[in-house]
Amino acid sequence: MASIRLILLSFLVLLTGPTLASAGEPTPARQAELLYLLRHDCGSCHGMRLAGGLGPALTPEQLRPYTSEQLGATIMHGRPGTPMPPWRHFLTQDEALWLARRLKQGLGR
Amino acid sequence: MKSWILALLLLFPALAGADCQIRGTGDLGVIIERASGSLQVVDTSHHEAIFHVAGLGDLSHASVVYSRDERYAYVFGRDGGLTKVDLLCGRIVKRILQGGNSIGGAISQNGRLVAVSNYEPGGVKVFSTDDLSLVADIPATPFKDKHSKTVGLVDAPGERFVFSLYDTGEIWLLEMKDPAHPKVTKFTGIGRLPYDGLITPDGRYYIAGLFGEDGLALLDLWQPEKGVRRILDHYGKGEQKLPVYKMPHLEGWAIAGNRAFFPAVGRHEVLVMDMESWKLVGRIPVHGQPVFVMARPDGRQLWVNFAFPNNDKVQVIDSENLKIIKTLDTGKGTLHMEFTPRGEEVWISVRDRDQVQVYDTDNQTLKATLPAKKPSGIFFTNRAHRTGL
Repeated sequence: MASIRLILLSFLVLLTGPTLASAGEPTPARQAELLYLLRHDCGSCHGMRLAGGLGPALTPEQLRPYTSEQLGATIMHGRPGTPMPPWRHFLTQDEALWLARRLKQGLGR
Repeated sequence: MKSWILALLLLFPALAGADCQIRGTGDLGVIIERASGSLQVVDTSHHEAIFHVAGLGDLSHASVVYSRDERYAYVFGRDGGLTKVDLLCGRIVKRILQGGNSIGGAISQNGRLVAVSNYEPGGVKVFSTDDLSLVADIPATPFKDKHSKTVGLVDAPGERFVFSLYDTGEIWLLEMKDPAHPKVTKFTGIGRLPYDGLITPDGRYYIAGLFGEDGLALLDLWQPEKGVRRILDHYGKGEQKLPVYKMPHLEGWAIAGNRAFFPAVGRHEVLVMDMESWKLVGRIPVHGQPVFVMARPDGRQLWVNFAFPNNDKVQVIDSENLKIIKTLDTGKGTLHMEFTPRGEEVWISVRDRDQVQVYDTDNQTLKATLPAKKPSGIFFTNRAHRTGL
C-alpha cells in the first residue's frame, strides 16, 4: 500500500515538477533552505523576525511600495552605497523572486 | 498563621527559594539561544547547564552584561527588551521593553546604571540596575524622519558611557555622574557609518570601526578636548571591498604586547596595528571575512570566526609570529567565542549543529560539547569586572 502511494506520489511529482519549475517555484527542500538563510543570515542585519536591525524591517507593510521584481533585483544585486550585499552567488533569480513574494505575503514571526 | 505561610510556600516554591542554588557565580555564564528567545545558565567548571530560562523575546541579536556582584545578567534583545536574570535562581527578575529595536548595552563603573543602545528609536537610554527604572533618555541626532541608530556603546571610567551614531557619523560621550543631569559631549564628522566600537581595558581609548570607509576613529578619553582622530586610514589601499554578509564586531580588545588586532571590513584579513604609533604594521590573510577577532586573555593567541558564507571554521593565530597555527572545522553557523576567565578554554557556539563546543586553547582540541538550541552569544560572568563590557 505504502509503495503504491509512493509510486503515485512520484508520478504526481513528475507531472507537476516541470510546471512548478517554469513558475519559478523552488522545491520544498530548497524553500526550507531559503527560509533558513532568510531568518539566520539575512537576519544578521534585518533581524531573525525580520523586524529590522541595522537593515530595514522586511515586513509586508515596509515592502508594500516595491514590486516583487524590484525586491528580487535588490536581493540579487544589493544596494550600492548601503551595507546590503548582492546575494546572487547563493541563489538564482527565480529563488530571489520567490523569496520576495513570500516576504510581501508576510512570513509571520 | 504558620500553616498559612507554609501553604503559600508550597504553592509558590520560588518564593521559598527552593529552586535557587547557594554557590559562587564566578564560574558561571550565559549562552543565548537566539531562535527560541531563551538562555542557558552554564557552569564552566563542570561543562553543564544549571538553568534554562525562557521568555526573553527576540534574541536574534543579543548581548549580556553583569552586575558587579556577578549574580544578575542584563540581557539586551533585538526587540528592545532589557531583561534582568538571576543566575542563582535561573529566573527573570524583571523584563521591560525599553525601545523598539536595540543592539547592546553597558553597565556603569559603579554598577548602578545600565545603558542601552537603540536603533529604534535611535538613541541611548539609561536605567537603574536595581529596578530597571528609566534614569535618562538621550535621543540621537535626527536623521531623515527618525533619529540616528546608535552602536558601539561602552562604559568608561567616571560614570561615563561612549557610543557612536551610525547614520550621522558621530561619537558621543555621556557623563552620568549626576544621574539627574546627564552631560553629553558630541564629536561630529568622525567618519562614514561607524558600525561598532570598543574601549581599551584601561578605559582610555575608544575606537569606532567604520563601514563606510577604510579606517577607524580614535578618541583619547584622557584628553577628549583633543577630539577624534583617524587611524588606519585607507587600510584597503583603494582595493575593491568584497560584499559584507555579516558586520564585524569589535568586542573587547584583541591585544598582544604592543599590537592590537582588528577585523578588516570586506576583506579576508585580520589587521595588525602598532599601539604606540597607531599605524598598520601587518595584514594576516585568513579563511574569510572576520567577525570576531579575540585574544586569549594572556594575549598569546588570537581566535577568529568568519562571516557567511565562510562561517564554518575558526582559525587560531600565533600573536607573536602572526602565523595561523590551527584551522578548526567547527561547523556552519559558528557565531561567537568566549574564553574562560584565565583562558585555558574557549567556548564556541555553532548554530547549525545546535551545540556549544569547548576547546582546550593550548592544543586546540575539543574537550566537551553542550547541547543548545541555535546558540549565538556566550557571556561569562568575569565580564562584570571588565571596563567596556
